[in-house]
Amino acid sequence: MATKAAALELVQLTKMFGSVTAVDAINLKIPAGSYCCLLGPSGCGKTSTLRMIAGHEYATSGDIIVGPKNVTDLPPAERSTAMMFQSYALFPHLSVIDNVAFALKMKGVAKAERHAEARKLLELVDMQAYAARLPAQLSGGQQQRVALARALITSPQILLLDEPLSALDPFLRLRMRTELKKLQRELGISFIHVTHGQDEAMALADIVVLMNGGRIEQQGSPRDIFNHPRTEFTAKFIGGHNVIAVGDDTFAVRNDRLILKAPAKVATVTDGPSIPGIVNEVEYQGTYVRVAITVEGSPDISAQLSESEFDTANYAVGDHVLVSWDPAQASLLKTTSSATLTPSKTAA
Amino acid sequence: MMLIFALFFLLPLVFVTIVSAWDYNEYEMIPAFSLRGYTDTFEGCIADLPELCTILKTYLKTVKLCLLTWSLTLFIGFTVAYFLAFHVRSKTWQIVLTLLCTIPFWTSNVIRMIAWIPLLGRNGLVNKGLQGMGLIHQPLEWLLFSEFSVVLALVHLFTFFMVVPIFNSMIRIDKRLIEAAYDAGATGWQTLVNIIIPLAKPGIVIGSIFVITIVMGDFVTIGVMGGQQIPSAGKIIEARLNALQFPAAAANAVILLGITILIISSLTRIVDIRREL
Repeated sequence: MATKAAALELVQLTKMFGSVTAVDAINLKIPAGSYCCLLGPSGCGKTSTLRMIAGHEYATSGDIIVGPKNVTDLPPAERSTAMMFQSYALFPHLSVIDNVAFALKMKGVAKAERHAEARKLLELVDMQAYAARLPAQLSGGQQQRVALARALITSPQILLLDEPLSALDPFLRLRMRTELKKLQRELGISFIHVTHGQDEAMALADIVVLMNGGRIEQQGSPRDIFNHPRTEFTAKFIGGHNVIAVGDDTFAVRNDRLILKAPAKVATVTDGPSIPGIVNEVEYQGTYVRVAITVEGSPDISAQLSESEFDTANYAVGDHVLVSWDPAQASLLKTTSSATLTPSKTAA
Repeated sequence: MMLIFALFFLLPLVFVTIVSAWDYNEYEMIPAFSLRGYTDTFEGCIADLPELCTILKTYLKTVKLCLLTWSLTLFIGFTVAYFLAFHVRSKTWQIVLTLLCTIPFWTSNVIRMIAWIPLLGRNGLVNKGLQGMGLIHQPLEWLLFSEFSVVLALVHLFTFFMVVPIFNSMIRIDKRLIEAAYDAGATGWQTLVNIIIPLAKPGIVIGSIFVITIVMGDFVTIGVMGGQQIPSAGKIIEARLNALQFPAAAANAVILLGITILIISSLTRIVDIRREL
């Protein structure tokens, strides 16, 4: 397949449902051939954004540009995009091969020719043995492969995936995740993948676009976002961080960058911030030990210690500790209005 | 379940079949094997060939009316169901509009039929209206007591039996399938032919079975709306019953049953209903 990748650009893209703003004037550039994850809690506007790019939702205002072409008002089939639907939306009355060949049938391609092309794509997703089956006779993972093949038959420059892994069990999810990434590398086209799982986004994406309340909260490479969260929302959603207030400033500190000290051993003057607390839980997690610390007047702090670090101190529930960190490892957070903050349950 | 089925469906059917093979005379039936019920029915038919005898003409007429009614109810029913399932967005409006379709059923069959008469009659509303507009000078005779009025009344009575099962099939079609078809570049018409009609097939077949079985056996509507001038298979049975020729009536019932089963089985041959359900 001679697919060439195209860059995607969203300019002041807005979607209103009645008086509710689902997507609020977002600007985004995604270079050709990259794996982009739109990440966020449900209702953050990520699916509306994807559906506008696909052409299944009208943009209230703003522009969608694919490569050199403004596609804002074009129907889905003329946008050089293809969409893989959540729970796949395979046609239940058509065999696997007819499902894959559907777009070509609509174009009026002869049966032999479109079946040959569909077979090539089934081979790509390793499903050629199932060509004659009906979708109901396939497992979730197999259905996903068929849906992928069906989306790819139009040789799209951008593949749009709406929560592609959410219908799979956890084991299969990990395997298909690897396959998606591999397929994207092989095809060299852009994948735009909507998900609410930060682990999925971190593992897959070249660019993570974290959305909240219809706006882009932060975008960048997974490492950039994880190591330099700019807002409390990002730090909480991405997980693995403690949001700690020191004076008027709020910092995000990675769980595994916290240093615990026994109060007796500390000199009166410390070189970094330190917060007194009481150990309220110790959980052994195999590769690390999680120590939860109650701090008066602020939320619990969760620290990750390596097994050896933990062994030297051997904290027990009820111990008094000082929580400290290297200021260079902490990210100062922009204060955001508390209304946009949601508890980080999804990130846990 | 099986017992009720056997008691109220199979047993009467077996009785009818047995009686159809009994002998009879002018005033009583004789429990002895005879195919007189069948031979009397087709009396003179072979001799008249290639001219069709009355009885064959009657059956042909019934089948013709049935197919006409079927195709019209299917077309109208499908359109109404499509509108309800895909164009009416809110659940509440879907329920309201479906209930609206049931309003004609609040009155009896006979009243609904008779209501057509002042409308279509020689001095009826339609003729008066057309004459008033100067479009016609003579009242249209074919409006009432004609095949036209029979089919009109049948379609009016039975379209709802098409709407409900087809709507029921359509409402189960995942809306994302339609988006997926649109994403693949299908036009509205292509989506209809390739996705919606195949997926609505179970409803289409069930609705068709309702309409075909009812119309094939109907003699009241055809009688009233046809001004007792149009023969029908049901009418033959009624006439035989009135003449107390039970074996002959039973024989006609068996023949009618055979024809109906033939039509329906050829329909289900096109769509494997067991697989679709």
